[in-house]
Amino acid sequence: MDKTIIKIEEIKREFLIGNETVRALKGINFSITQGEFVTIMGTSGSGKSTLLNILGCLDQPTSGIYELDKVAVKNLSKNALAKLRNEKIGFIFQSYNLLPRTTALENVELPLYYNKTVSSKERKERAENALSLVGLADRMDHTPSQLSGGQQQRVAIARAIVNDPVVILADEATGNLDTRTSYEIMALFQDLNSRGKTIAFVTHEPDIALFSNRTIVLRDGHKIKDNPVDNINIAAEALQKLPIEEEL
Amino acid sequence: MKTINLIKIAWKALQRNKTRAFLTMLGIIIGVASVIAMMAIGEGSKQSIRNQISSMGSNMLSIMPGSDFRGGVRRDNSESQSLTLTDLKALQTKSATISYISPQVNGGGQAIFGSNNWPTSIYGVGENYTDIRKLEIASGVMFTENDTKMAAKVAVIGQTIVENLFGDGTDPVGQTIRFDRIPFKIIGVLKEKGTNTFGQDQDDIILAPYTTVQKRILASEHLRSIVASAKSEEIADEAVEELSDILRVSHKLKANDEDDFHVRSQQELISTFSSTTAILTILLVVIASISLVVGGIGIMNIMYVSVTERTREIGLRMAIGGRGVDILMQFLVEAILISVTGGLIGVLLGIGSTLGVSTYLRWPTSVTSESIIISFLVCAITGIFFGWYPARKAASLDPIVALRYE
Repeated sequence: MDKTIIKIEEIKREFLIGNETVRALKGINFSITQGEFVTIMGTSGSGKSTLLNILGCLDQPTSGIYELDKVAVKNLSKNALAKLRNEKIGFIFQSYNLLPRTTALENVELPLYYNKTVSSKERKERAENALSLVGLADRMDHTPSQLSGGQQQRVAIARAIVNDPVVILADEATGNLDTRTSYEIMALFQDLNSRGKTIAFVTHEPDIALFSNRTIVLRDGHKIKDNPVDNINIAAEALQKLPIEEEL
Repeated sequence: MKTINLIKIAWKALQRNKTRAFLTMLGIIIGVASVIAMMAIGEGSKQSIRNQISSMGSNMLSIMPGSDFRGGVRRDNSESQSLTLTDLKALQTKSATISYISPQVNGGGQAIFGSNNWPTSIYGVGENYTDIRKLEIASGVMFTENDTKMAAKVAVIGQTIVENLFGDGTDPVGQTIRFDRIPFKIIGVLKEKGTNTFGQDQDDIILAPYTTVQKRILASEHLRSIVASAKSEEIADEAVEELSDILRVSHKLKANDEDDFHVRSQQELISTFSSTTAILTILLVVIASISLVVGGIGIMNIMYVSVTERTREIGLRMAIGGRGVDILMQFLVEAILISVTGGLIGVLLGIGSTLGVSTYLRWPTSVTSESIIISFLVCAITGIFFGWYPARKAASLDPIVALRYE
């Protein structure tokens, strides 16, 4: 039987700004099972960032149920939430958020520093493995400024998988990249997904959504669409169809 | 996060901004170095005063005339004539606690030998004076009781007098010098004693029988002071009381009359001067501490800048599992690392500059381990105190906001 990784029921999130209550999420339901690659789409202001913050245990819903890997997130303390993020979630951001002047390896090691059960030897090994997996085995000692945007995002992906999370949450992970590099990154995501990783990918680009196997669309705090993708694009193939860049 | 990792990460963060970290440390470095140097100089002068006073004879007692009170007018101590030879006799015969006693009268004037002359002081003392003051004879002899009785015109001179009057290498013993037109035959030369803590040249001295000085030079019967030595250092306080009692009887003072003299032991002198230098030391240390506080404010300032600069890093660390306390510790350890590293460098610099002061300025110094421990602790506390608020600011950031911070 499929294992449910994320289960949300009637999630609502309201913000009090001045005297006005802004209702960002107005009751959302869905679940994500292990091995799914879900894109969450929506225009700006649709509530997808708010949803992602809740999924990432950075924020708590005003009401509703959120279970992450069978753990009820509501009412957990800040420290318990931090532990949950450390052990069960891998974050990938639009702007990579790597530590400057810090090597790729040290950047990838970072989440394991916050896990006391991981020894320094194991930490290094796992970080090296993660970097090899994203194809940066020969770039471990490079600092972010010595890496291209695509390579930086690969480091960020390695950092997101180093703690072996139950779900990878990506926030516009291709937003700062050109088409070719985006496809390369999507090929990497598809590769990770084929290895059994569950991925929730927030984007507003429809062509990126075609690489996933399920799309959820939000509008004004409601879920308006939740469909499996019929013709999944294979990123590696799409990459080959791109016009070859002119050699300079 | 493990402590060792915290320190590693903080150290790396500092290395990313070496110049800034060093400049921030500089405040602490200067603060600690000056605290240590100031305390070393203060302690050094305290010790040197103690040594100097002890070298004068640790069991020496001095009796000075008190302020005189005549016809409703208080008079200066030095003009006072309350000490007399009668007092000396009384002390000599009645005291059981003293081993030596000598009166002291003195006068200034010009000493002349051949074509050389030198302004100096002549001390009219008893034949025991060298024993009381721990003076040693380099050549010749000290005058005797007989010389005192006869008011003989003989003298024992210090090295400064030798240098200034017998610069050509003539052996002073046996020569005759003139002081205030009175000829004195030199029968002995004192060993060199150097300058005392109060800047007085202890070798610029001519010793002669007090009877001679009283009659020939001062034409006065009263004594400037009486010095004595207690039989041992331990009974010095007891001796002070005994001498006071004898003098009160000798001066026919009534039970509620004030003493018209002062009896002091060296211990009292030591504590008097020590307390003066202690106040000076405190002042110096306070000034130095202010610079330490200023250094601490520098740390606080730079930590605030650092927290703002690294808001996204803080957001990221929280997102990947850093708890508030982890972030707090990270920045706190960074602040402590700055202050403690600065403290270490400051200690070395303090010791170095102390050595410099004692080598080139020849000031007495003494670096105490307490001063090092205290300033080091103060440093660590400064780091914690001034690092706390910026670190707490970092720890209380909302990760969602911090991650999107531009």
